[in-house]
Amino acid sequence: MLQENVADLSKYVEPDRVRREVYTDAQIYELEMQRIHEKVWIYCGHESQVPQPGDYYTVQIGRQPMVMVRGKDRKVHVLYNRCPHRGNMICGDRHGSAGEFFRCSYHAWTFHHDGKLRSIPMMDSGYQGTRWGRDNPDCNMKPAARVAAYRGFVFASLVADGPDLVEFLGRSKIAFDDICDRSPEGEVEVVPNCFRVVQRSNWKIFLENQLDALHPSVTHQSTGRAAREVEIEIEKRTGHAPLSYHMLSAFATVTIDKWDAFQTLNYPYGHCILTGYMGLRPKDPDTLEYERVLAKAYGEKRKEEILSTNIHHVLIYPGLSVQSPLQQLRAVRPLGVDKTLTEIWHFRLKGAPEPIYRRALAYYNLVNSPSTMINADDLENFWKCHSGLASNGGDWVSFHRHYGRDLEKGGVVETGPNMGTSEAPMRNQMKAWAQYMTAEK
Amino acid sequence: MATKSKAKKKSPVKTVRRDRAPARVKSAVQRPNGRDTQHAVEQFLYRQAEILDGKRWQDYIDLFAEDGVYWMPPDPSHTTWDGMPAIFAEDRNLMTVRMKRVLHPDAWSQRPLWGTNHVVGNVVIEKESPNGDVVARSRFHMLELRRDDIRHFAGRYVHHLRKTRDGFRIKLQRVDMTNAQAAYDYVLQVWV
Repeated sequence: MLQENVADLSKYVEPDRVRREVYTDAQIYELEMQRIHEKVWIYCGHESQVPQPGDYYTVQIGRQPMVMVRGKDRKVHVLYNRCPHRGNMICGDRHGSAGEFFRCSYHAWTFHHDGKLRSIPMMDSGYQGTRWGRDNPDCNMKPAARVAAYRGFVFASLVADGPDLVEFLGRSKIAFDDICDRSPEGEVEVVPNCFRVVQRSNWKIFLENQLDALHPSVTHQSTGRAAREVEIEIEKRTGHAPLSYHMLSAFATVTIDKWDAFQTLNYPYGHCILTGYMGLRPKDPDTLEYERVLAKAYGEKRKEEILSTNIHHVLIYPGLSVQSPLQQLRAVRPLGVDKTLTEIWHFRLKGAPEPIYRRALAYYNLVNSPSTMINADDLENFWKCHSGLASNGGDWVSFHRHYGRDLEKGGVVETGPNMGTSEAPMRNQMKAWAQYMTAEK
Repeated sequence: MATKSKAKKKSPVKTVRRDRAPARVKSAVQRPNGRDTQHAVEQFLYRQAEILDGKRWQDYIDLFAEDGVYWMPPDPSHTTWDGMPAIFAEDRNLMTVRMKRVLHPDAWSQRPLWGTNHVVGNVVIEKESPNGDVVARSRFHMLELRRDDIRHFAGRYVHHLRKTRDGFRIKLQRVDMTNAQAAYDYVLQVWV
């Protein structure tokens, strides 16, 4: 029914431009939820968020309220957060422990952690002769069609068909390899704190900004310059300013003309990588000590490989932005055509010295917390973008920057030399979008 | 009634004096240093609210001691800002970055109409040291207008104040917002 109201979606996306309705039309948004978010692999959380059997976190996949729970079998399950009886949500809190089993607050139906029905009050007398009962799978909490984890990062897909997780991630799985390999134990642990920030704009506007290398020196110059002034002041006074000032001042010291020197790598399914620019490998005693610990764990050669992984951002389309060298990620949860929630987490490298954690923490607090001096200006732009797209002043959004000069090798688009500000990542994301949206007839 | 009619005959000044008299008796709720500290801390908190609402950012930073910290934990169970995730954990240097940012002509998100109104109350002196340093807790409510949107932030302040010749300076201002854990519709650009 919905489909009939929306004109041929393939006409909305051209290789170098996109119709504005793609961002603003509520019907297209509903179709996106059906055809993209409720189909592809969506990040649910990290296994260490639910260490004990019964521990759960609720998570939104597309429009579906889900719950990620650790079972007694140690497996992580992802279930629809819904009682099969009258539809009541089973978990009303964002996270907690279900204890031995889930219990519905409405009529006391209980379920095992894998969703299987455990008991219904007075089941025998109440349901005798009906088609409802223990043997009917419809009496279970429905599980996600597929659940898989890569190096502790749990994803779910709500349909049975499609590529498996590793195939879906493709080369973007380097996000998780880079996070974990930087730990001498090859593992990370979540820091149990989630910052949640709502953007009043379409979810795609955030994703497109993540690898937009032209915007930082424009959008963030006020913060970059302010941080640089104070950084210089501290250097004068003490000889050395903490790395956290550099994390902020880099937004201004890397001036607009320098951003072309970086590169974006664009993969199938819309995933993209922006190469690193912050130079997060100083020669201070903390870093050198960390490098010694890593060399001991992996050997000199492998340590070099790990530390020279050149990444700033990995975007896993359509819902995850990972900053692997700083062990943090933002999960993108669309709440409506013009409203998007980001859930922001960071991780501790197991076995790494404390100062290395402090580095990730500084970035998490300064750049990714609700008091962020960086995203304050991003979110302002996103809102303005979304509002401007309501205008009849133009029908198209332009992705022409460096169009026609992308180098494609085996399905991977690499921006050419000195074309870091190419809009190739936006073109790549919209290409995947069009494929998902027109695949279903 | 009799007292009242009696009072009427006397001069108004005397009546006021007599009415005031019972307050001079020490009550159980009064702290050893009593009204002076209570009054001074309240005045300090009211002035702080005025400074924030007046967007006098340098004046606000100057309320802090050289080693002072502004801290907003994401969770009331946190006992230190050091090494912990925090919504704010800023010394004067970081506060200066924040100030310079919002004063920069190209801080785009500062362009729209924006203002706050702080109300501070329920001031309780938790501890007063012999040297005059004070720990005080209070409750605040901040209304923020940005463009056409109103947001409310409310919660508890704990001020660790150092007594100096120029009045109190903040060693630590802890801000536990009741809505710290709620999703933020947009961000917090300056201190609450």
